[in-house]
Amino acid sequence: MNPSSLVIPLLLAGVAVYGMGRRVDVYGALTHGAEEGLTVLLKVLPALVGLLTAVSMFRASGALEWLTGLCAPALEALGIPPETTPLMLVRPVSGSGALAVGTDLITTYGPDSYIGRVAAVMLGSTETTFYTIAVYFGSAGIIRTRHTIPAALAADLTGFWASALAVRMFFGT
Amino acid sequence: MAMTWIWTGMVVLSLVFGLITGRLDAVADAAMDGAASAVELSVSMAGVLCLWSGVMEIMNVCGLSGGLARLFRPLLRRLMPEASRDEKTLAAVSANVSANLLGLGNAATPLGIQAARRMARGCGGTASDELCLLVVLNTASIQLLPATIASVRSASGSETPFDILPAVWLASILSVTVGLLAAKLLSALGRCRR
Repeated sequence: MNPSSLVIPLLLAGVAVYGMGRRVDVYGALTHGAEEGLTVLLKVLPALVGLLTAVSMFRASGALEWLTGLCAPALEALGIPPETTPLMLVRPVSGSGALAVGTDLITTYGPDSYIGRVAAVMLGSTETTFYTIAVYFGSAGIIRTRHTIPAALAADLTGFWASALAVRMFFGT
Repeated sequence: MAMTWIWTGMVVLSLVFGLITGRLDAVADAAMDGAASAVELSVSMAGVLCLWSGVMEIMNVCGLSGGLARLFRPLLRRLMPEASRDEKTLAAVSANVSANLLGLGNAATPLGIQAARRMARGCGGTASDELCLLVVLNTASIQLLPATIASVRSASGSETPFDILPAVWLASILSVTVGLLAAKLLSALGRCRR
């Protein structure tokens, strides 16, 4: 038996028993949360249609290879697989765009491949930086953002670099 | 608007490259396949995504997010001493952090905005050091269980979709730490220059 096979059933059972112990309507919360998951999915779907179309065309035309080749020397020096270039370019700007590009990488190279894993970890460890900054400062009425953007981009770059590093550490290449 | 440029740029570049490389047939096929695969992907990731959103909701109702928020208060007090003097701001910031940890984006953003508004009072449109920190904290991802990505992985046939979790945590911790350090450093540099 794979030890990680224990995690999911244990987590499900544990959460349910703990919730019952606290007299929570466990099943109601489960279905309500699932409904919210569906709302998220419905919101992302139209964007995914547009973006996966563009990403597939971009890959088929050979433009993706060209872009990847352009950034390859710098990225290889950092230990980041150059195939993830489009993901790193879109990630700070658009959440659904990054999901589309990341999904394209995961399906093209395989979810359990080195590149597929790096793409997944990059998606999981970074956020839509520019969107977040716009929403927060926009609603707080801030015009001078000072050092926020450079600091946030430093965090993103570290996240990308660390994603490749962490995948190499835990899974090898 | 940024996405309009990116999308148009990608489609136009694909056309140009397709013409140059003579792969226009493949580009046309890819357009149709790409659109179809978006729906296939959404359908096959729906189950896993809904299940984990449900589990997160149970944890939320059980008071886990409240507990997490209490856990992070001392740390946030140290990180943002000025804003923490106002009890309501501190409550909003810690709730924002715990919602982010649980991946409840819909809950995290309004809480964060509420905190940002309180922190921006009377500063005349210039972000304070602590407000910059709050925003940097929100532009870095600190999600404990990235359900969307796990569901994409399981939809594309991964045997163990959650095995990337330790790698995600490590990358997140490094990224958040560098973001916060960069914010502190840049604000100190800015003060020196003045």
